[in-house]
This record gives sequence, C-alpha cells and structure tokens, in this order.
Amino acid sequence: MAAAATGPGPGSGPGDSPEGPEAEAPERRRKAHGMLKLYYGLSEGEAPGPDPLDPTDLNGAHFDPEMYLDKLRRECPLAQLMDSETDMVRQIRALDSDMQTLVYENYNKFISATDTIRKMKNDFRKMEDEMDRLATNMAVITDFSARISATLQDRHERITKLAGVHALLRKLQFLFELPSRLTKCVELGAYGQAVRYQGRARAVLQQYQHLPSFRAIQDDCQVITARLAQQLRQQFREGGSGAPEQAECVELLLALGEPAEELCEEFLAHARGRLEQELRSLEAELGPSPPAPDVLEFTDHGGNGFVGGLCQVAAAYQELFAAQGPAGAEKLAAFARELGSRYFALVERRLAQEQGGSDNSLLVRALDRFHRRLRAPGALLAAAGLAEAATEIVERVARERLGHHLQSLRAAFLGCLTDVRQALAAPRLAGKEGPGLAELLANVASSILSHIKASLASVHLFTAKEVSFSNKPYFRGEFCSQGVREGLIVGFIRSMCQTAQSYCDSPGEKGGATPPALLLLLSRLCLDYETATISYILTLTDEQFLVQDQSPVTPVSTLCAEARETARRLLTHYVKVQGLVISQMLRKSVETRDWLSTLEPRNVRAVMKRVVEDTTAIDVQVGLLYEEGVRKAQSSDSSKRTFSVYSSSRQQGRYAPSYTPSAPMDTNLLSNIQKLFSERIDVFSPVEFNKVSVLTGIIKISLKTLLECVRLRTFGRFGLQQVQVDCHFLQLYLWRFVADEELVHLLLDEVVASAALRCPDPVPMEPSVVEVICERG
Amino acid sequence: MEDDAPVIYGLEFQARALTPQTAETDAIRFLVGTQSLKYDNQIHIIDFDDENNIINKNVLLHQVGEIWHISASPADKGVLATCYNKTSDSKVLTCAAVWRMPEDAEPGGHESPDDSASTAHTLELLCHLDNTTHGSMACVTWEPTGDGKRVISLADNHILLWDLQESSSQAVLASSASLEGKGQLKFTSGRWSPHHNCTQVATANDTAVRGWDTRSMSQTYCIENAHGQLVRDLDFNPNKQYYLASCGDDCKVKFWDTRNVTEPVKTLEEHSHWVWNVRYNHSHDQLVLTGSSDSRVILSNMVSISSEPFGHLVDDDDLSDQEERRPEEKSQEPPQDSVIATYEEHEDSVYAVDWSSADPWLFASLSYDGRLVINRVPRALKYHILL
Repeated sequence: MAAAATGPGPGSGPGDSPEGPEAEAPERRRKAHGMLKLYYGLSEGEAPGPDPLDPTDLNGAHFDPEMYLDKLRRECPLAQLMDSETDMVRQIRALDSDMQTLVYENYNKFISATDTIRKMKNDFRKMEDEMDRLATNMAVITDFSARISATLQDRHERITKLAGVHALLRKLQFLFELPSRLTKCVELGAYGQAVRYQGRARAVLQQYQHLPSFRAIQDDCQVITARLAQQLRQQFREGGSGAPEQAECVELLLALGEPAEELCEEFLAHARGRLEQELRSLEAELGPSPPAPDVLEFTDHGGNGFVGGLCQVAAAYQELFAAQGPAGAEKLAAFARELGSRYFALVERRLAQEQGGSDNSLLVRALDRFHRRLRAPGALLAAAGLAEAATEIVERVARERLGHHLQSLRAAFLGCLTDVRQALAAPRLAGKEGPGLAELLANVASSILSHIKASLASVHLFTAKEVSFSNKPYFRGEFCSQGVREGLIVGFIRSMCQTAQSYCDSPGEKGGATPPALLLLLSRLCLDYETATISYILTLTDEQFLVQDQSPVTPVSTLCAEARETARRLLTHYVKVQGLVISQMLRKSVETRDWLSTLEPRNVRAVMKRVVEDTTAIDVQVGLLYEEGVRKAQSSDSSKRTFSVYSSSRQQGRYAPSYTPSAPMDTNLLSNIQKLFSERIDVFSPVEFNKVSVLTGIIKISLKTLLECVRLRTFGRFGLQQVQVDCHFLQLYLWRFVADEELVHLLLDEVVASAALRCPDPVPMEPSVVEVICERG
Repeated sequence: MEDDAPVIYGLEFQARALTPQTAETDAIRFLVGTQSLKYDNQIHIIDFDDENNIINKNVLLHQVGEIWHISASPADKGVLATCYNKTSDSKVLTCAAVWRMPEDAEPGGHESPDDSASTAHTLELLCHLDNTTHGSMACVTWEPTGDGKRVISLADNHILLWDLQESSSQAVLASSASLEGKGQLKFTSGRWSPHHNCTQVATANDTAVRGWDTRSMSQTYCIENAHGQLVRDLDFNPNKQYYLASCGDDCKVKFWDTRNVTEPVKTLEEHSHWVWNVRYNHSHDQLVLTGSSDSRVILSNMVSISSEPFGHLVDDDDLSDQEERRPEEKSQEPPQDSVIATYEEHEDSVYAVDWSSADPWLFASLSYDGRLVINRVPRALKYHILL
C-alpha cells in the first residue's frame, strides 16, 4: 500500500520489493508520514471511520495484527470468525490482483521513460559540440571589438576639443567684429540693432577687460557706444520726429545704461519745449490783433496740439519711466500741472474774449471739446488735476455766461423801455393814436419773453446730454438751480422789478422825467408778470433744467408778491403824477385869480374844462391797460343833484363828547357834522388794479388840492358863485370816472362850503342858474 | 390809560394859528387864533391843567381881522405877534402886529369859561410891522433866545428884520433882504435858528429852502427843490445845529444837514396829503411831530438822526400794556426810526401842531374846523427816553 505512493526513481530497479523498507523501519516511516500529513495539513481526523490509532483497524496505520486477532477471537463467535476469515481471504486476493495490475502498468511506463532518456543522451552530445564552436567565435569577436575601440578612442577626444575651439573662435570673431558692426549700424541708423549688439557684448568685455586685446575692443565699443548715445541724444534733442520716435530714443538710451533720472529730466525738458511751442502758437492766435479764429477752432488747436502732445508725453513717460516709481510720477504730474495751468490761462483768455459774444452754441461746443480733450490726460495724470481744473474753467465760464445773459436780459429790458419811451414821445399823427398802449405792452412783454426764452435755450446748451461736462455735479445741480433759476431768471425778474420801481423813486416827482404812460405800462407789465408770466417762466425753467439740487429756491409766490408790489407802487405813482398834473392846474387857477373883485360868473372857467378833458384822456389811457373795476351803484340822476351846502339833508347825531360848540349852529357847521358821518377820505391812498380805482385816486388828489387852495383865499360874492359854477361843472363830468360818486359830491361840497366860509358876503347862486351856465358851457 | 387819552377843545370858528406861550415854562399854555370873516376874531388862551386833565380857556378879542399866523415872544409872556388879513376895498392884505395881552386876562383866574366870551378882553396893540411897501406878511418869528426885541417877518419876497423899541411900542426896520428871481416869489414860512448865536434864519418859498445870515442879511445856503412841491414849514433841530426839518405838499418830511444840502439825510413819507407843520420836540429831538391835511397828526421817533442816538433798552413788559405802542418800535438794536403814533382825532385838515413849552411830553394840534387836541407822548416811550 505504501509502495503505491512512492514514485519510481530513475535509478531504482523495477523489481524491488515494497515490503522490505516497510518491515525494516515501520516506526520511522509512520512517523515520517505523520509529519508529511501534518505538513500538508491533511488532518487524519477528516477521515471518517474508526480511530486511526485503533490498532484493530485493518486499514489503520497502527494496525496490530496480534491485537486484531485477539480481539476477534475474544469477541467473535466462530461463525463470525469464519466469515471474517473468508472475507479477509477475499480481500487479500482482490488486493493481490490490483497490485499486479499496477505493477504492469508502471513497468511499461518505466520502459518508455528509459527510451526517452537514452535518446536525450544522444542529442545532448551534439549540442555540446555546437556550443563549443559558438564559444570560440565569440572570443574572436570580442577580440576584434576591443581592438577597434582602442583605435578610435584617441580621435574622439580631439573632435570634441575642436568643436569647443570652434565656438570660442566664433564668439571671438563677433567680438572682434563688434566695433565695425556697431559703426556700421550707427552709420545705417539701425540704432536698435546696435544697442542689441552692445548689450550682448558688454558683459563679456567687462569680464575680460584685463586682456589687452579685449580691452582694445571694449574701448572701441565704448567709443562707438558713446557716439551712438550721442547720436541718439542728438536725434532726441533735434525733436524733429514725433513723440513715438522720441520714446524709442529714450528706450534705447535707457538700454545703453544712461541714467534714467537725467533722461527723464531731459525727456520732460524736451517735451516742454515742444509743448511750449504749441502754447506759443496758441498765444499767437490770441495775440493783440488776432485774425480771430473762432473759439471752436482755438480749442481744437489747443486740444490737438497741446493736449494731444501732453497725452503722448505722459503715456510715453509712464511707459518708459515706470521704474522710476512715485518720484517720477510726481515729476510728470508737476510738469503737467505747470504746462496745464499755462494752457488754461491761455484758454481762459480766449474764452474771456468770447464773453461778449452771443453765440452760445459755439462756445459750448468749444468748451465741450476742451473738456473732452482733457479727460484723456486727466485719466493718465490724475495727480496733476487737469480734469478738475478744466471742469473748474468750464464752470467759471458757465457762470460768467449766466452773468452775461442776465446783463443782456437787463439791457434788452431797458432797450424795450427806451423803445416805449420813444414811441410815446413820438409826435402823434393827426387823428392817429400811434401804437396803442396795449400794443406797446404786448410788444414789450413778448420781446422780453422771447429774450428770456432765447437765454434759457442758450444756457440750456450747457446741460445738453451730449456735452461731456453736463453730468458734472455742478451742471446737474448748482448750475440749474442756483445759476439758471435763481441767478438768471429770478435775478432778472427782480432786477426788472427794481428798474420799474426806480421810476417811482426817481426825482421825477415833478412829473417831467418819466412819462406817466410808461409808468402805467410798467405797472401793467408787472401785474401781468404777477398773474401769469412769472409762474410760466419758472415752470419753463424748471422743466428745462430738471433741478435736482436741494438748495432752497425762491418760491413763485415771493416773486409774484414782489411783482405785485412793484405794480402797485408804479400805479400809485402814476396816480400821484397824474393827480399832480391836474392839481397844479387847479392850484394855479385858484391862486392866480383875484376872487374878491371877480365879475358875476357867466361861464365855466376854461381850466375846469381842461381838467375834465385831461381826466377823460387819462381815463382812456388807463382803460387801454386796466379793466373797468367795480363802481358803486348809484342813481343815474346823480348829476342832477343839487349842492347840499345849505340843505341839512343829513340828520344830526352824536358828537364828540368834549366838543361843545358855543356858536350858533350855522349852516357851515352842518357841513362839518355831515363830514363826521362820511368816511374819511384818504387822499393818496393805495389804488387797486382797475381803471375806476386809478381815476378815483387822481380825482381825489385833484379835488383835495382844490379844497386846500380855496381855503387859503378870500372870496367875494361872485368869486363864491364862480366856485359854485366850477364845482357843479366838475360834478357833472367827474362822477362817471370814480368808484363812488358820493366821494366827488363830498369833496366838491366841501370846496363850495369852504369857499362860502372864506366869503364875507356869501350869497350863493341859484342852483337853476348854475345848471344853466354849466349846460351852456 | 385814562390820562393818556387826548383832550379835545372846540373853537367855534375856523382856526389855523397855534403857538405855545413860549416864555411860559410852568403852565401848559397854548394860544390859538381864529379865522372868521364875519365875526370878531379871537385869540384863545388855552391852559391845560395836567393834574386834573382840565382845559381852562380865556378869550381875547382880535378885532382887526382873521389870524393867519401867531407867535409868542420868547421873553415876555404877555407879548405876541399875529399876522392877520385886512380886507378893504375888495383887496386883501395880510398885516402883522405885536400885541400885549391884558394882565388880568391871564387864564387860571376865577372866571368860568362859559361866560368868558361875553367879558372878553381886547388885545392891547403895541405896534404894527409896517408892510405897506412889502406886501402880505406870511409869518413873524421871534429871535429865539434874545430879550424879545427882534423879530423877523416874511412879506411876499422880502425878509424883514425888525427891532422893537421902547417897550415894543415901536418897530423899526433894521435890515431887510429880498428874493429876486423870475415869477412871483413868495415866502411861505420861516424859522429862526436857535444856534449860532441866533444869526441864522431859514425860509421856504415854493419848493426851495434858503438859509440867511441875519447880520449881513445874505443868503447862506439854498436847497433848491427841497420838496417836489410847495414847502409848507420848517423847523430847526434844537440840539443839533445843522439839522433842519422841512415838510411840504409832496406829503414828505425831509431832514437836512445844512452843510450838505444835495441830499436829505432822511425822508419820511407817512402822510397821505400835504404836510403843513413839522416840529421838533424842544428837549428830545428824536420826537418829531407833523400835522397834515389828511387830518392826521403823526409823532415819529427819529432816533438815527437825533442828538440822542441810542435809547435805553426797555423791557418788553413795560411796553406791552401801552395801547398806543406801535409794533415796529419794538426792535431796539440798532435804533430804528419809526412812527410812534398816528393821532386821528381830527376831522378836518390839521394846519398847526406844536409842543408845549412847559411840558416836553405834551403837544397840541389844531384843525381847520376849530378843534384843538392835546396829546401826550406815549408813556412807554417817555420812560424809554428818560430811563
């Protein structure tokens, strides 16, 4: 059994008995098996069946035939023994046959194996021969190879060395040729190339300058380089070429190792020269007697020449001298500032010349270009503050423009007034009234309004969207609100009011200076402004100039109040002036007459007719401009009313407490008492804006004057009667002009009463006679 | 404010002439002359009892004619001068005369006012100022500080200086000057300056104001067109020698510095009709009184051009109970010229106003209808000035 596991070894013979070693050392073998099994992990426990250590197990490793037999014998009956024996025998036989089969099979295989080994033995012998041959060949090859290598070694080293020498020689050649090349480059003007060469050679030359030959080259190079630098500077200075070429020069010079500090000084100095030239040419355009290119052209020149140049300079400078750091930038800023301020001064001078002009659009366009132009250098040179300065200039110009417009508006207003004066003073053609007051007023109003509109449109250009400075805060805010609205419009309206008022304050009190019609016209104009025009103009302004500024503005109501006050004062003054004219007539007529020795009245005195005529004329004049106004309703037959001097129509009432009249209640006192119950007459009282009020004022003033003059005179009987006649005549014609005809009656009554008092012999005329005389007259 | 209320006295005739009794410094006394063509004219001596708020009157007859102007001697209480109209042969001539009031006619006597008319005394004529060659007398003005011996009268275009001799019983024309020019020049008013040793007189004619030197009787200055229209009256500032006030038909009151007459120092335009009278307060020259034919009397406070430019501060409380106080006078710093009060007691044109010579806080105004009103300066303002 154990022999089956043992493979046939190549040297062992097939006929060896398997029991032999087993019998010799069963113990050791078993032990060895166990160890193998252990090694291969074959656990004996896996085997089902009886305990492998059971010595009674036939197939077990520890089978002990003796013990087995004993056991059988002891335990088994005979029959069973018999069976065991048969069974044992049968098994032995089966095992024997199996073993025989195995032996056959293994034998065959062993034989074929032996054949194979034999054949192999032959083959190997052949192979060994060939191997030997190979070994010899190889030895020959190795030998050759070694010999070739030895031969080539020497040459290789030499070639390497030669290559090195070659490169060195080329470099040397470059160096030796350098001066001539440089010279040639310089001659050809290929400065860039030259500088590159020089740059390449410089370090080497520096390193080997202790060698005389190199020294010589270096010296040569230096000479040439110096010449090159000089030429570059020359070119740089000549300045014929533009800024880009200059910049290139500077770049090359920098590459040549020129000191940057000095260069940038020089660069700036040079740029200054050119820019100053621009400035000079600009100044020449300004000159004392310029061919006067318009301002647009001027700013264009300035923008293209100076500002463009400045931009180039700044850009080149910043590119070239960026390494200079803040100090360099500062230098440039100072440079730009200085030149910029000179430029601004020139521009301002030019713009100042433009102030008188009327063409705003050109100016605005010029300013726009000016401002736009300066934005580029402004961005480049934030430190120089050019853009700010430019904005400032634009703002200043805008302010001055506003002032100018205000002035021209004022001038226009004054011009209108002069026109009106002339129109009023012009001799009237017979039967023709000339231009009517209403027409004149309309002319003045429309002319002023159109001037205002023109001014607005004109300054509006400053805030147009396409204008580059219109979005500056000044133009968005202050310009609109403070400048245009307050300064221009409100300022103009105010000055208009002031001008108008000045006619009231002027010493034209004697009526000479200002034609009354002008006062009337101005008054109406101001009133129109108050009612409509001011709010219209301001609305227009606010619409055109969307005021975003929060600063306080004059409200419309204030202006309207001012205008109204002006209108009122003018009208009051008109009333005074006209009243004075009529007063003077009446006064002269009373003062110059000898009332004591006058004859019995037959007519109304001419002066009274004149008064009525003048009043009618004034009525017409005022009626042209002012509405009728309200009149107190009164009976239409009032003209028929008789004087109340001697009629105590009014009832007697209470009286002032401490007034105790001791004289007899004569008729004169009755008129005094009557006066108590009528309203106090304010002679120079403020008037309202209507015709009736104006006329009432004038008539009041006139009649009051008549009264005071009468009181200063002494009348004879006929003098009194003449006054009676005159007053009745006045009453007949004046009542229709006034608001309250009672007023005329009162005043005239008082005149007659006073005349009666001033008469030592008061015999009044019969009312019917008075009427007859008046109707006749 | 009972005692601040105006006191009103009525005359039965029209009246234009009013003057304080200048020489009287104890009693508050005014003289009023009437204008009547039909009756005998009178001079009312009006005595105001400040304590009891009572008016006592005494009437003197002035039979020669209606009185247009009256002025009292600054030296003799009993002497006064009037300008009166004499109508004869359908001709009117204004004459002037100096009168003496009878001694026993001094008011404050035991006579009752009611029967005074019946027992009226007559003025004693001292002398006439002979004007037969000079024309109508416009006014008579006394030398302010002298012994009452010199008067100036204005007659048409003549300015006449008289010496009163022999107890004023004789008037001798000392010197005269006349205004020459085209047209009929006529003086309307004149005042004798209390300054410069009384050597200056100011006159008004038409729209011009002229200054005269009484020694040489020559013109010293002339304000042409002082007013737009006729100049009605003048007054000198009692404390500032070069200051002069004028008023006229242009409703304005103007204040002048006679050293520079091109422009008025100040102009007031408060009245609505002719201003007939302007008077400085004798002691406090910021108080200026004006009377006008708009029937109003206006008391103004001209602090800015007075000799007392800075008033004292007054607490507002003190002012608040004064009914006549004007709101605009409240502003104290800097001092503001303002209207203190407008007095509207008159119904007719006011032709004369004047301050009392005895009480600087009291003044009288006279309107044509014969109403005399006595008023006081508002108490608050009085204290304001005094304290």
